[in-house]
Amino acid sequence: MNKHIISLLLENESGALSRVAGLFSARAYNIESLSVAPTDDATLSRMTIVTSGTDQIVEQIQKQLNKLVDVVKLVDLTESEHIERELMLAKVEAVGDARDEVKRLVDIFNGKVVDVTDTTYTVEITDTGEKLDSFITSLSSIKIHEVVRSGAIGISSGDKILAV
Amino acid sequence: MELTGAEIVVQSLIEEGVEHLFGYPGGAVLHIYDAIHQQEQLQHILVRHEQAATHAADGYARSTGKPGVVLVTSGPGATNAVTGIATAYMDSIPMVVLTGQVPRPLIGNDAFQEVDSVGITRPVVKHNFLVEDVKDLATTIKKAFYVATTGRPGPVVVDIPKDITAHKTEFSYPREINIRSYHPTTKGHTGQIKKAYELILEAKKPMIYTGGGVILSNASEELVKFTQLLGAPITNTLMGLGAYPASDKQFVGMLGMHGTYEANMGMHNCDVLIAIGARFDDRVTGNLEKFCPDARIVHVDIDPASISKNVKVDVPIVGDVKDVVTELNKLIEASDQRLDSAALSTWWQQIEEWRAQDCLKFNRDTGTIKPQFVVEQLHQVTEGNAFVTSDVGQHQMFAAQYYGFNKPRRWINSGGLGTMGFGLPAAMGVKIAHPDEQVACITGEGSIQMCIQELSTCLQYNTPVKIINLNNGFLGMVRQWQEFFYDRRYASSYVDALPDFVALAEAYGHVGIRIEKPEDVRQAIEDAFGKYKDRTVFLDFIIDREENVYPMIPAGAGLNEMILV
Repeated sequence: MNKHIISLLLENESGALSRVAGLFSARAYNIESLSVAPTDDATLSRMTIVTSGTDQIVEQIQKQLNKLVDVVKLVDLTESEHIERELMLAKVEAVGDARDEVKRLVDIFNGKVVDVTDTTYTVEITDTGEKLDSFITSLSSIKIHEVVRSGAIGISSGDKILAV
Repeated sequence: MELTGAEIVVQSLIEEGVEHLFGYPGGAVLHIYDAIHQQEQLQHILVRHEQAATHAADGYARSTGKPGVVLVTSGPGATNAVTGIATAYMDSIPMVVLTGQVPRPLIGNDAFQEVDSVGITRPVVKHNFLVEDVKDLATTIKKAFYVATTGRPGPVVVDIPKDITAHKTEFSYPREINIRSYHPTTKGHTGQIKKAYELILEAKKPMIYTGGGVILSNASEELVKFTQLLGAPITNTLMGLGAYPASDKQFVGMLGMHGTYEANMGMHNCDVLIAIGARFDDRVTGNLEKFCPDARIVHVDIDPASISKNVKVDVPIVGDVKDVVTELNKLIEASDQRLDSAALSTWWQQIEEWRAQDCLKFNRDTGTIKPQFVVEQLHQVTEGNAFVTSDVGQHQMFAAQYYGFNKPRRWINSGGLGTMGFGLPAAMGVKIAHPDEQVACITGEGSIQMCIQELSTCLQYNTPVKIINLNNGFLGMVRQWQEFFYDRRYASSYVDALPDFVALAEAYGHVGIRIEKPEDVRQAIEDAFGKYKDRTVFLDFIIDREENVYPMIPAGAGLNEMILV
């Protein structure tokens, strides 16, 4: 069961998102995150799906996605060098010693404190999904009120381009 | 010229060469029906239930190769059509279904007869569209036909809001269409074809296994040539019957759960498996762990997603079956090299030993009508040339096992979805496409009641099909499984309070005949196709109540673990 980041260009049409989401649920494929937004070309959306499965299942996922008429192009970013980013906003308790501790951790993870109250910090961190996981782990005893994650987006390294 | 959306629908269908349209009117499609009413090129067949419209269009498509076309209203019209759409989807049948929708300003308001048709049909269509502007209507219909009929075919739904059918715009039907995200591969990769050819020639125990893809691709002739050039045994799936003539000695019968012993043993023991237009369905493979343990596999299919889905193959070839098999034939013919003849002859000896088991034998002297006997007699009377539709269950398996199809597109059944109620409307669709051909619907007393209202349509459009009702008073296949696996606890498999089918047929204006003795079977079938040639005939055969379909591979077993009689 390996993690794969699949990046798609699909027609920016109503229903395209539900075709992809429906495919994953109908065929019982894992979906860890899905993020989608229009691109510089208004007719196209770029979607990033983080999924996991055996090689055979991931091959099927790619083939089934390619079969959808709305899918224009597809690449499995994890097959080669790539850049992965995910944005996280987290609201954590910040009282007493925790106030300094949270700030220190945020600095280590190259994050920012973007909102402050007497008792809370809202922090913003952008990194790979794994790094965001470890930030949460490293908070250990500090109380987390809320976590919001964007799901991963990604792009190939170097001059490889996913375009029409 | 400016046309209304409704007129555009009709003109677009005419431009596509559509002659028959199966449907049922309702509020959201009244403008379209009005436009149909004002022309004569396009004939509309009024069914009695929308499910039947899709099955009739499906039978029409399977028997002709042309797309079936359906028109239904919004809401329940669309939901009733879903079973037929799913049936076509599972068997890759080209179909275009036009569904009416409530006017755009009402969409999302829970309006009368509103349902999210695009959402409901999404998992069972190749693609679907909601038309949002009358200017897009003609192009969308063009796209729908293009997607439905190219690549791996399938049903496409076009949902048309009522207000759009009233709006006017300039009509010009596009000659060509290009969808940037849709380019099915039809030409097989030359290198892969060469690899397959080389692997095939290494075979000592080859087996050709072909499915519905050969029929969809109209590649029967090429397949026959390929098989005969190789001299190898060939088996067809339920969907592939007729692609290779059943009367030829190289044909070892259908494979799978109710396939022949020789076909399944041949599969299990082969060293090279040549799979063409087949998708390794669970009813074919049995237990995947035990499937073809010694075989290297070539798989030809137009759908890349069908390749290595259930069974990992050695030489995949994505492409249209007709193109790929033609290329393989060219390679074989260009060289003197053939299969090792000594090995092939030993392999055939083994297959003949399996065939000698005569796994389709049945007891003919019971005094009751055997369903197998009825199918055999139907074959004889129609000389194996009839179009035969079926429903789902024991009768379907008996038809597949005993009719012996020699031509493609003659055997019409719901293989993938297994839809009861398919047979009668499908037969109607076939008869409308082929008015001069013999059409029979082999069914059971359970299945026939799922779309029996179509007897009324048969009268209206004079589609004299012959209904072969194998009536055992049980939901036979359910009962068979309950006998084998549930200690004969026949939960809800007994069809109590059956109607008098003869009286029912007569009430619908047809001929009904009840047959209770084996010696009357032949005459009844002859009368149906002779004396009552121009009538729809309902032959109600009271058959052996607890006959089972043999041979059988129990669920979870391998192809070499068949239950014989």
